[in-house]
Amino acid sequence: MSSIKKSVSKLFLATVGMFLFGFALVPIYDVFCEITGLNGKVTGPTFSEYEDIGNREIKITFTTTNNNGMPWFFDSDRSQMKVKTGEQNLMSYVFTNTTDKPMIAQAIPSVSPGKGAQYFHKTECFCFEQQYLEPGESISIPLKFVIDPDLPADISSLALGYTLFDITKDQMTKQASN
Amino acid sequence: MYLKKLILCLTALFLAPLSFSAWDDINMTPGVNAIAQEIFGLHMTIFWICVVIGALVLGFMVFLIIKYRKKEGVEPADFDDNPKLELTWTILFAVILVGMAIPATTTMIKAYDDEEGDINILITGHQWKWQYEYMEDEVSFFSNLLTSLDARNNIAPKTENYLLEVDEPLVIPVNKRVRFLITANDVIHSWWVPDFAVKQDAIPGFINTAWTYVDEPGVYRGQCTELCGVYHGYMPIVVKAVSDSEYKDFIQGKRDLKAQQALLTEKLWETDELFAIGEEVYLKNCVACHQVNGTGIPPVFPALAGSEIVMNDKGRQVEILMEGVQGAAMQSYAEQLTEVEIAAVITYTRKAWGNDAGGDGEIVVPKEILDYKNNKL
Amino acid sequence: MSAVIEGHQDDHHHGPAKGITRWLYTTNHKDIGSLYLWFSFIMLFIGGAMAMVIRAELFEPGSQIVSPEFYNQMVTNHGLIMVFGVIMPAFVGLANWLIPMQIGAPDMALPRLNNLSFWILPAAFGVLLATFFMEGGAPNFGWTFYAPLSTEYAPPTVTYFIFAVHIMGASSIMGSINVITTILNMRAPGMTLMKMPLFVWSWLITAYLLIAVMPVLAGAVTMMLMDIHFGTSFFKAGGGGDPVLFQHIFWFFGHPEVYIMILPAFGIVSHIIETFSRKPIFGYDSMVYAIASIALLSFVVWAHHMFTVGMPIAGELFFMYSTMLIAIPTGVKVFNWLSTMFKGSLTFETPMLFAIAFVALFTIGGLSGLMLAIAPADFQYHDTYFVVAHFHYVLVPGALFSIIAAVYYWLPKWTGYMYDEFMGKTHFWLSFVSVNLTFFPMHFVGLAGMPRRIPDYAMQFADYNMIVSVGAFLFGLSQLLFLYVVLKAIFYGKKATGQVWEGAQGLEWTLDSPPAYHTFETPPNLEAGEAKG
Repeated sequence: MSSIKKSVSKLFLATVGMFLFGFALVPIYDVFCEITGLNGKVTGPTFSEYEDIGNREIKITFTTTNNNGMPWFFDSDRSQMKVKTGEQNLMSYVFTNTTDKPMIAQAIPSVSPGKGAQYFHKTECFCFEQQYLEPGESISIPLKFVIDPDLPADISSLALGYTLFDITKDQMTKQASN
Repeated sequence: MYLKKLILCLTALFLAPLSFSAWDDINMTPGVNAIAQEIFGLHMTIFWICVVIGALVLGFMVFLIIKYRKKEGVEPADFDDNPKLELTWTILFAVILVGMAIPATTTMIKAYDDEEGDINILITGHQWKWQYEYMEDEVSFFSNLLTSLDARNNIAPKTENYLLEVDEPLVIPVNKRVRFLITANDVIHSWWVPDFAVKQDAIPGFINTAWTYVDEPGVYRGQCTELCGVYHGYMPIVVKAVSDSEYKDFIQGKRDLKAQQALLTEKLWETDELFAIGEEVYLKNCVACHQVNGTGIPPVFPALAGSEIVMNDKGRQVEILMEGVQGAAMQSYAEQLTEVEIAAVITYTRKAWGNDAGGDGEIVVPKEILDYKNNKL
Repeated sequence: MSAVIEGHQDDHHHGPAKGITRWLYTTNHKDIGSLYLWFSFIMLFIGGAMAMVIRAELFEPGSQIVSPEFYNQMVTNHGLIMVFGVIMPAFVGLANWLIPMQIGAPDMALPRLNNLSFWILPAAFGVLLATFFMEGGAPNFGWTFYAPLSTEYAPPTVTYFIFAVHIMGASSIMGSINVITTILNMRAPGMTLMKMPLFVWSWLITAYLLIAVMPVLAGAVTMMLMDIHFGTSFFKAGGGGDPVLFQHIFWFFGHPEVYIMILPAFGIVSHIIETFSRKPIFGYDSMVYAIASIALLSFVVWAHHMFTVGMPIAGELFFMYSTMLIAIPTGVKVFNWLSTMFKGSLTFETPMLFAIAFVALFTIGGLSGLMLAIAPADFQYHDTYFVVAHFHYVLVPGALFSIIAAVYYWLPKWTGYMYDEFMGKTHFWLSFVSVNLTFFPMHFVGLAGMPRRIPDYAMQFADYNMIVSVGAFLFGLSQLLFLYVVLKAIFYGKKATGQVWEGAQGLEWTLDSPPAYHTFETPPNLEAGEAKG
């Protein structure tokens, strides 16, 4: 009987282990995305300065999308821009809370093509920062970025998309459960 | 004999579809650009490889079934392996697979091309319509299913492009490299036009790219290919590829329209005029949930006919259309409809289905919508 | 042979209890096996009825009998029920009946756990089906329940759905622990691993797969639950999460799951083909290695379900190559079955007919799977009816036919009565013709461009959809005949012998038909070198 008990406890441990592995996939996936540029996931601000400026010209397209149920006004200065690799660039985004309630929002960046994401360095940005705006309040936030001169030669244009999400409710839920 | 007849019947069953309609209707489209044609060629290659393998395996099986039927006085063999033979066919499979992988890899590399586009179009999937935004020209519009509810409910006849027709197709120029930036506003959708061999998921919060280069002017149709909720089957894609000059006219027209709409909001409006536009807008955007006669489908989609808000609370109704209702299916139409359209559709609901008699019957003019927008800013 | 007699002489145990308590409290592997099989039979008709609704709706273009909302509920629950309620429980039922008898064990290693793992299953499906009567309706986001459609945009019943999936998962995991423990510890002396019958081998590997991936599914639905109710953002892009992550986790479970539904079928078909070829299975060792390598490969192919989500090219190529590799062990299996028939002495009783149809039609499904593996071509195939045709070919004339074959093959052993051969063959031919009529034209509409999971379609797909619907109705009706054949065998069947089939090999055939309530209480001794089954 003890051999049966042994088998059962091993298998039970394996089950628990695989359950935890399911959750471990979340950070593993993030690391994996960062390495491979899967999904055009981008990290927060990084600091980069380059000596060699202006070897190539890259066209950047900036898109802004409001996720469903997000009434704010959200837009970038311009929708397209030609930049030189290695050069510091400035862009700015306007957020306006058009409702009569205070709201919290978060803008999520995404770069396409995905493998270009790791060459798109933001030296100052609002990625993953929550924006709290009073009714009618409007702010303009700068985005400073550099395109890495090591950007693969077959990429001549990049798209940076921001999607604005309303996270007021989630923040409330979190606070309530704390 | 009985077996042979049976095989004959089965062959007929499998081949019947071939004679049923033209080959084109039952195979992948060859597509209208180089990459689509390349993928089609790859598809046909692997298809024939599979057909040959399948025919050999099934043919051999039929042979075994006929040849080795149990017979009096014939003893079955008793061998149970043959390592050399097993190794041979394992290697054979590997060789066939390599033969398939090589063309597949070359096609894949061609399909993944990150060159800059002459035109960049942001495609946003919404429940249940597509939005197209021309990044260079800052023109944006929604593309809705055109097929009427009557046709879908078998009351009106179904036309040739049933469920594959939209009010405003995406217009692109031929002989230009068009790059699509694809995202979604709510759930995951997928933008598919078979003729371009472009199928790319539209994921909220993420941007995907795809591209096409069309040589032939024409109308190309596709559909959403990722389950995105109730009306997943009702958000087709229509792309019109036109000459460069037609394309320029189209963009100019869109810009003029934008300017015109700004003007429209300052004009003096008649109730009848608004009602007529409103009815059209209602039938296009609202009937799916609120139904033709305004009864809705309670409790999910509330009735408009006899609604207290629609009859007597103009301010709240404007607010609902502009902001949507949180936690409900009702979304904001501020971006999707023009000021005129919003004013018109509100006017329509306040006048239709006897709401006029039951409530205050006030109409809403485009200026009020513009004011609402401006006050918010 | 002496084992049988010894089994009867043991007077310590009694026969089954009487009445309903026999089934509620039973810890007997044969009873539990029957419970699982009957449960999955009932679910087959429920899931099948949903398929009939789907096909009625798609009979012609235009709205037919249900709303798009209800249609989505049908599509979702048809998938969930067929996967978790029919194929998987049926295999567990077969495992319960056969594994102890095939390895010469008196029962499963953990009989009480066995009872529990069955009885929570009806509870899980009770919860799932109850959602049809709740506000917001049943789950409507497809059996793959991609976030955010299944989280932020789901009906409120999604919580019950998550609960049901948790219970189903727990049931499968407990069942698997039981199977592995039984196989590893309770084989008759002399039955080494490489002498085990192939069905036992296939289930051993399947059970490991289940233990590896069911907890991951449980993790995925737990994350959904937290996203929905506790404000986390695993799959919400808005909070820094990623909806694509859901698909990765889901298919990390989902692809091995696909093999969980086919590996036991490989075992069953191997037994049936060798029996009716009157010749030992060809390449036993390579069969075992093929099953094991399919199982291992299944962990590194998952993203071939996601070629269109926007992966970098290296990812696309990696998953394309790894998927294509699976064709090798699968091809080896098909060739081994054919070689088993080669120079055999074939007869075509109903189980053999279903087994042969399995090999033939599974080959078609396998080849379309190979086409789907080719990533650039998959850009055109993905999420069309071509995919629907593919997975129905491997699951219906694949997994389901193998289960039907198994029932015909072992029914005389289980019940002690023969089924009606003529009716069995009629059932086979009706099923064979209608299954092809149903699923073969789906390839064409898929290639022509019909997306899956749509309640209505464009005019050019009309002809084939009508054929498909007719085929589906016929297939559905044919299965009523199956029920009739089984009931007729049980109540009016002719007595079966212990051997039942002339060419059958293996320990279960050394027992009486039906076997005593408790068998192999003294293990048979195979040291003498009695061959593998």
